[in-house]
Amino acid sequence: MADIDIKKSENLKEQVMDKYPSKVLKKRSKQVVVKNTDPEQRIQANVRTVPGIITQRGCCYAGCKGVVLGPTRDIINITHGPIGCGFYSWLTRRNQTKPETPDGANYMQYCFSTDMQDQNIVFGGEKLLREAIQEAYDIFHPSAIAIFSTCPVGLIGDDIHAIAKEMKEKFGDCNVFGFSCEGYKGVSQSAGHHIANNQIFKHVVGTSENGRKGKFKINLLGEYNIGGDAFVIENLLERCGITLVSTFSGNSSIEHFAACHTADLNCIMCHRSINYVAEMLDTKYGIPWIKINFIGAKASAKSLRKIAAYFEDEELTKRVEEVIAEEMVGVDSVLEEIRPKTEGKSAMLFVGGSRAHHYQELFKELGMKILAAGYEFGHRDDYEGRRALSTIKLDADTRNIEELKVEPDPEQYNPRKTEEEKAALKEKGLEFSEYEGMWPDMPEGTFIIDDISQHETEKLIKELKPDLFCAGIKEKYAIQKMGVPMKQLHSYDYGGPFAGFAGAINWYREIDRTVNSKVWQLVGAPWEGTGKLHGSFIKKVLVEEEK
Amino acid sequence: MLLRHTPAEVAERKALTINPAKTCQPIGAMYASFGIHGCLPHSHGSQGCCAYHRSTLTRHYKEPVMASTSSFTEGASVFGGQSNLIAALNTIFTVYNPDVVAVHTTCLSETIGDDVTQIKKKAFDDGKIPEGKRIVNVSTPSYVGSHVTGFAGMCAAIAKEFCVPTEEKTDQINLIPGWVEPADMRELKRLMKEMNVPMVMYPDTSGVLDTPMTGEHDMFPKGGTTIEQLETTGSSFHTFALGKFGSEDAAREIQRIAKTPFDVMDLPIGIRATDRFLMKVSEITGMPVPDSITDERGRAVDLIADMQQYFSGKKVALFGDPDQLFALTEFLLDIDMKPVHIVSGTPGKYFSQKMSEIIDDEVPTANYRNGSRADTFLLHQWIKNEPVDLLIGNSYGKYIARDEDIPFVRMGFPIVDRIGHQYFPTVGYSGAIRIAENILNALMDRQDRDAPEERFELVM
Ligand code: SF4
Ligand code: SF4
Repeated sequence: MADIDIKKSENLKEQVMDKYPSKVLKKRSKQVVVKNTDPEQRIQANVRTVPGIITQRGCCYAGCKGVVLGPTRDIINITHGPIGCGFYSWLTRRNQTKPETPDGANYMQYCFSTDMQDQNIVFGGEKLLREAIQEAYDIFHPSAIAIFSTCPVGLIGDDIHAIAKEMKEKFGDCNVFGFSCEGYKGVSQSAGHHIANNQIFKHVVGTSENGRKGKFKINLLGEYNIGGDAFVIENLLERCGITLVSTFSGNSSIEHFAACHTADLNCIMCHRSINYVAEMLDTKYGIPWIKINFIGAKASAKSLRKIAAYFEDEELTKRVEEVIAEEMVGVDSVLEEIRPKTEGKSAMLFVGGSRAHHYQELFKELGMKILAAGYEFGHRDDYEGRRALSTIKLDADTRNIEELKVEPDPEQYNPRKTEEEKAALKEKGLEFSEYEGMWPDMPEGTFIIDDISQHETEKLIKELKPDLFCAGIKEKYAIQKMGVPMKQLHSYDYGGPFAGFAGAINWYREIDRTVNSKVWQLVGAPWEGTGKLHGSFIKKVLVEEEK
Repeated sequence: MLLRHTPAEVAERKALTINPAKTCQPIGAMYASFGIHGCLPHSHGSQGCCAYHRSTLTRHYKEPVMASTSSFTEGASVFGGQSNLIAALNTIFTVYNPDVVAVHTTCLSETIGDDVTQIKKKAFDDGKIPEGKRIVNVSTPSYVGSHVTGFAGMCAAIAKEFCVPTEEKTDQINLIPGWVEPADMRELKRLMKEMNVPMVMYPDTSGVLDTPMTGEHDMFPKGGTTIEQLETTGSSFHTFALGKFGSEDAAREIQRIAKTPFDVMDLPIGIRATDRFLMKVSEITGMPVPDSITDERGRAVDLIADMQQYFSGKKVALFGDPDQLFALTEFLLDIDMKPVHIVSGTPGKYFSQKMSEIIDDEVPTANYRNGSRADTFLLHQWIKNEPVDLLIGNSYGKYIARDEDIPFVRMGFPIVDRIGHQYFPTVGYSGAIRIAENILNALMDRQDRDAPEERFELVM
């Protein structure tokens, strides 16, 4: 690993940019930032990817159907479009789910599609969609059916929302709603998260009062139960005596969403995909939100303490401290064993909209250094913190993503804390509606890169030789070919969970295994580069070859 | 139960596809593009499709799968994607510098009506494409065909771009291998070499999607058919297209351009399909099948004879792509197994016609269907009504296999939960040995698992 400082990194940045045509260079220069001492330093984010650039990003549909609605088990998700979009988003994100009973509704293993054909593109696909919804209802009798538009649907103008409404009325016992999440909307998956959450907010939230009861009721927002993370968190909360009313959307059921307004606190994991829902829940129902993070043992402890602080209950605080103490025993002993093997190693993280920040906690605990980090579909506030919000200008690509106008609900609005109470808690260090982004955690001279390209990835690896690189499946094998271990932070390489204390322990072992695997020593055959051969056969072979 | 909501009762569906047995055209076009040396596939549309196709191919091969996209946003979707494509080509040649860019379209650019051939012409006319660089393009809307037809389309487009007709034909054959794995392409090359038949095979993904670990990432690895080789397809004296669905279009295109006669053969999977292929090659080229291959065949038949009792009468359900299913069904029948349910999402009337020829006499009650709503949900329902001893298909089959407790052999695309398909061929006689071995392992592991203690066998 190379040492880095601001000047060296600026030089390297120039080398990386050198390859780009001028227009691309101009744009990428603003998205590739070397962290310096300027407190006003900015990054450009959430802008279009330059055509032709090999990007990590996917589309709006992927963010909506795949990410946000993917983990909800009891909705029949019908992709309205040609077959591919539905096929690729079928079971590939590893959201785990556990219905309350062995025969409880669970459609996550299924892929539903209208498989549009050319005549549907020419004459419209509304009839096809209507029939598909009917067939889904007749075969499965689900409590909810959702429709997802893919690119061609937007262009041919099928009115999925009208059909949803019509079918919902027709059935009477099945909620039907649609998502206009055509892949060309926005600039990345992020637009899809927004569209997904808006519709859930409009069509589901607040429709049931049958939420779980308890003294300390919270929602967990932006936790998608990849590799079982949500299971670990659920277990922790339960042991502390905290009631989880709903999770958006890991291990979720539509019932949970419907009653989420009965919780008294919203805890945000992934700020990117859901901060606006927290804001809306605050405005409409009076539920405050705090940023938490269950990735990292220390961060998990801190998050539990924040929740306890909010409820201002002695018994709860005591219970939380007990659980933390219990858990830290295991964490400390494993760290003691592993840390000597990871201390001083370096990592780069380029992924998603929050994990490139959250996972830095775990690397810190292992004594590893971060050389570079960035998001695939983050916005400026995810980098610079919410202070950036006032200076974010909406461009043409973002303006078309609906912003819901929300007002206090005439009946259900009930501020859980008065402004004075909030101020008093703030005094004690509990920040409401606040997220500082990854900026403060990135040392000077490190790279912060938005929507990193394949070219930049390879150049950084070559020059800075990290001991580990974190990204997604599309990046994985190119990086490993370069002899650098790679850890997927979307799918966890089919491992996990990594959340909470138990997850942290898994992570320590996993990273030790990854960076210290003996396979990396086998790269390159021993005879390569050994030069001239002298053996006794060699002359004969050469003569043969001459012939 | 993972698929707990699947009822045994089959209700005809007219609109809803559940658990498809196909995917969309562009991914096939992308796969075929990797069979050209120095080629970067490019997806003309919004970036989601490209991300999905790359991810799926990556999971299947566990290899770098590099491709670029025109990254349409809403504006491009309204005004057309010409400027996106031209900008993309500029970026691609400046940053990645491939020899060839293979452009396929997506549902989006097709629905808008982008004319890529015209945009490409404009890019060349305006001097936007560096000297000597080539662009192949194919139209692949996914509301037509399937991943298989996308593959076939790109193969034909490659011929259109590169095939140089000559009057004089040379002693060389063209081999279009169909959608098979890099290991299969390697095996086909070996077989032709054993027969001393000079040939050009394309696409050839061996050495591209099964590259060695070297400590370097080469965006354009050693493998793939080179432009020079592709150009000679027009001077070859005959074309063999393996698999009607995957390869016929390319053979026809070469014929159109260079008047090269062709034969469409079944994929050489199993004994008899391989026999037919090799005999045809021998007949056309005059090169005999060498003893070494005869011995290989003999070894495969020997193995099957030795283990016949374990295959005999076992009922099989299978799903996948038509060309594979034809040859595989024939092979299963040859080894005394009994295919009873067969499904392919790829449309085309030829499927049932051909399948009927293969199976109707031997298993008159067999269910087979292809095209819209011929999906694995239907296959699962058929299995519930008539249980089977073995399931063969891509990784998605494991959900059915687990629920119904059926031994499962992975074949097809995508296989995202096991390795092997990248490295071991299923074509030719050695491929037949591998298929037979996989089937036996699945069946015999099951027998071992389920045998009562007193009937547990050491020797089998
Ligand atoms: S839009 Fe079309 S090309 Fe893209 S993934 Fe969907 S089906 Fe495939
Ligand atoms: S970009 Fe459009 S067509 Fe492609 S996967 Fe996304 S929704 Fe489907």
